[in-house]
Amino acid sequence: MADVLERVTKIIVDRLGVEESQINLDAKFKEDLGADSLDVVELVMELEDEFDMEISDDDAENITTVGDAVTYINSKN
Amino acid sequence: MNLTGKTALVTGASRGIGKAIALELARLGADVAVNFAGSEQKAKEVADEIQSMGRRSFIVQCDISDSDAVSAMVKETVEQFGRLDILVNNAGITRDNLLMRMKEQEWDDVIDTNLKGVFLCTKAVTRQMMKQRSGRIINISSVVGRIGNAGQANYTAAKAGVIGLTKASARELAPRGITVNAIAPGFIATDMTDELPAEAKEQLLTQIPLGALGETADIAASAAFLASDGAKYITGQVLGVDGGMAM
Repeated sequence: MADVLERVTKIIVDRLGVEESQINLDAKFKEDLGADSLDVVELVMELEDEFDMEISDDDAENITTVGDAVTYINSKN
Repeated sequence: MNLTGKTALVTGASRGIGKAIALELARLGADVAVNFAGSEQKAKEVADEIQSMGRRSFIVQCDISDSDAVSAMVKETVEQFGRLDILVNNAGITRDNLLMRMKEQEWDDVIDTNLKGVFLCTKAVTRQMMKQRSGRIINISSVVGRIGNAGQANYTAAKAGVIGLTKASARELAPRGITVNAIAPGFIATDMTDELPAEAKEQLLTQIPLGALGETADIAASAAFLASDGAKYITGQVLGVDGGMAM
């Protein structure tokens, strides 16, 4: 879990240019981290690459917080 | 213009405008994936010609109205070339008929290939181009999508739709360094226009200020320009290459 969160955090920091301190499981990509829709699509793409998985469009739509991403990845690994 | 090191996928590249575009991009240095739906032999000849210029090329069969097939085609292109810089959405069909005689199937077939196909191909390459932070998408629309044409309600609607799709995708993808433009060819001498009734052809000729049919090379030159560095500040535009038909 910690490892997944760490890797997800790194991607978010790189992609969205936010501070690591802003990231917690409840943080919403759009509202809290300043991502636009395209940023979220790109984040999901990077998560797919990082964790070597495919995230369907339907599943991706339900990933709106950092916690959603971590939970989703853990559920698939 | 120089496209050395660039890679391209051209749909409907076995003949006509698509073939001319594929060959022109290759002549300027690009590696080109040659998509075809039915004419495998002709596609092979195009790929062979590109290879004889010293570029990489392969043929890829795909009905662009089939989303799974489109995904597979784009995947193969990226695997073969390592990246994808240029997509030319050229593939198209006609099922001409007068509005009141047009069968629903004729409408659906043309919309599926000429409009949905462009959407599917664009969607499929977006992932790769977004990662690259660069890309050129060139959609082949038609002058009839701008001014209408009797007997081509389906084709006209699809080609007008391509213009809207071009502008929407241009706005969406601009922040990621991807440009999307359309070329609206006029009456170009190809197999496809040969099939038009003589009556329609004659009438169209009278509407061309420059007084002659266009050549596939005219479209290829514009596509090459839109794919080149010189066009990096151009997006969401419709370039009419039509002898002045639409102004």
